[in-house]
Amino acid sequence: MPDFMIYALLGGLGVAAISGPLGCFVVWRRMAYFGDTLAHSALMGIALGLLLDINMNIAIATVCIFIALALVILLKQRQLASDTLLGILAHASLSIGLVVVSFIEDVRIDLTAYLFGDLLAITPIDLAWIYGGAILVGTLLALLWRSLLMMTIHEELAKVEGLPVDKLRLVLMLLFSIVIAVAMKIVGVLLITAMLIIPAATARRISNTPELMALNASLLGMFSVGLGLTLSYFTDTPAGPSVVVSAFALFICIYLVRPQKT
Amino acid sequence: MTLLVEAQHISVVYNGQAAVNDVSLSINKGEIVTLIGPNGAGKTTLVRAILGLAKISSGLLTKKPSLSIGYMPQKLQIDSTLPVSVSRFLALASRQPKDVNEALSLVRVAHLAKHPVQAISGGELQRVLLARAILRQPELLVLDEPAQGVDITGQTELYSLIKQIRDQLNCGVLMISHDLHLVMAATDKVICLNQHVCCSGHPETVSNDPAYQELFGRSGADQIAVYHHHHNHEHTIHGDVVECKHHA
Repeated sequence: MPDFMIYALLGGLGVAAISGPLGCFVVWRRMAYFGDTLAHSALMGIALGLLLDINMNIAIATVCIFIALALVILLKQRQLASDTLLGILAHASLSIGLVVVSFIEDVRIDLTAYLFGDLLAITPIDLAWIYGGAILVGTLLALLWRSLLMMTIHEELAKVEGLPVDKLRLVLMLLFSIVIAVAMKIVGVLLITAMLIIPAATARRISNTPELMALNASLLGMFSVGLGLTLSYFTDTPAGPSVVVSAFALFICIYLVRPQKT
Repeated sequence: MTLLVEAQHISVVYNGQAAVNDVSLSINKGEIVTLIGPNGAGKTTLVRAILGLAKISSGLLTKKPSLSIGYMPQKLQIDSTLPVSVSRFLALASRQPKDVNEALSLVRVAHLAKHPVQAISGGELQRVLLARAILRQPELLVLDEPAQGVDITGQTELYSLIKQIRDQLNCGVLMISHDLHLVMAATDKVICLNQHVCCSGHPETVSNDPAYQELFGRSGADQIAVYHHHHNHEHTIHGDVVECKHHA
């Protein structure tokens, strides 16, 4: 197996592993559209990274965090329905990113790579970012698991019981931003949400505790990465979309075969 | 008597309208205080203000330092994608599995331990929520319509259960109720709310109060006839408070 395939596999597995538990929160908290909006804003991060010549991962994570904060504040206003607001911000930030990038001289970016991922161009440095991010996110999730779960079950009950709900929500946003930043290379802006929600939704079918669902989501995601890359290697299909197609195929299979676990 | 919560002239404004207006109340250790009042009277808003979930626009709210609160919300909507059993839900409040089983037995739903929270009935859920509130061994137990969705025998049982819990934990209890005749027997103080405090006192003194009777109708009052209170105002047709004309 050539080096680029090994790097692609390792990178994909790292992102899938951490997307599992985080994706469960996206599904439980009905944040799919929220995650999508954050992912779209990653393109603004790329523009910022190119403009200021700073590390892409940091630029993307920073912009995502700011957009997440803006969203939290705007969603509290309740003047526009949240899906309208998210739709506006998702596409506006995507377009702003594209427009700004076009102004940067001497830079010709491969747009497809950013939109759909460029899994086969993963370098050892990318791997370090992916695993660093995954370890950070995984540690925080493990430490805060109980509190995050309680907040997901009933936010006000959690607050009355003394959990710092506002801070926890911010931490969750931060975790999203980190995962989006490191997952960009793997599946791209448009497909990140798929990696978060498809394995989690599939895992729901075969899990009866929150922890098991998180674990199964990771395993299913990792399996999809393996399957997708194999497909890509032998039939020369685009890597990122192949991974998502594999995840979707698993989703269909499990939903057809197994009744929902309670 | 230890004072757990004291509200002095608190008001809560929603969209320019006072949902709670100039309310004063106190809850002591070992005391059951019941809030009654028609729909839209601001009962839930007042409770939320006391819990720190709604912002108080004026007045003063003092709580005993590091007061531990057990809260039983009106409803619990967990997304069906979250696989969580009743015992797991309770275990999030206490790490001791023994405690969880004890609490479930106390509210007589031990058989539901393994069921998913989303699959139990409304009445069962009320009991589970009560069990969860108890698990925290609170100094103050706050219950928002605890008997909602519970049948009439279940309601009587639930209120005596709440009384029993108060006796066991010696905690203060603040609850909202619609079931006037049922709740009277198991309460120390009744506060009749309609944005402001219409009347308050011991159950025996409140139910004969004209302000109370005006709010709930005479038949409702006759059914109970255990609560009279010293009413000092009436409501005009617009709901304004006026001095009582036939004050005894």
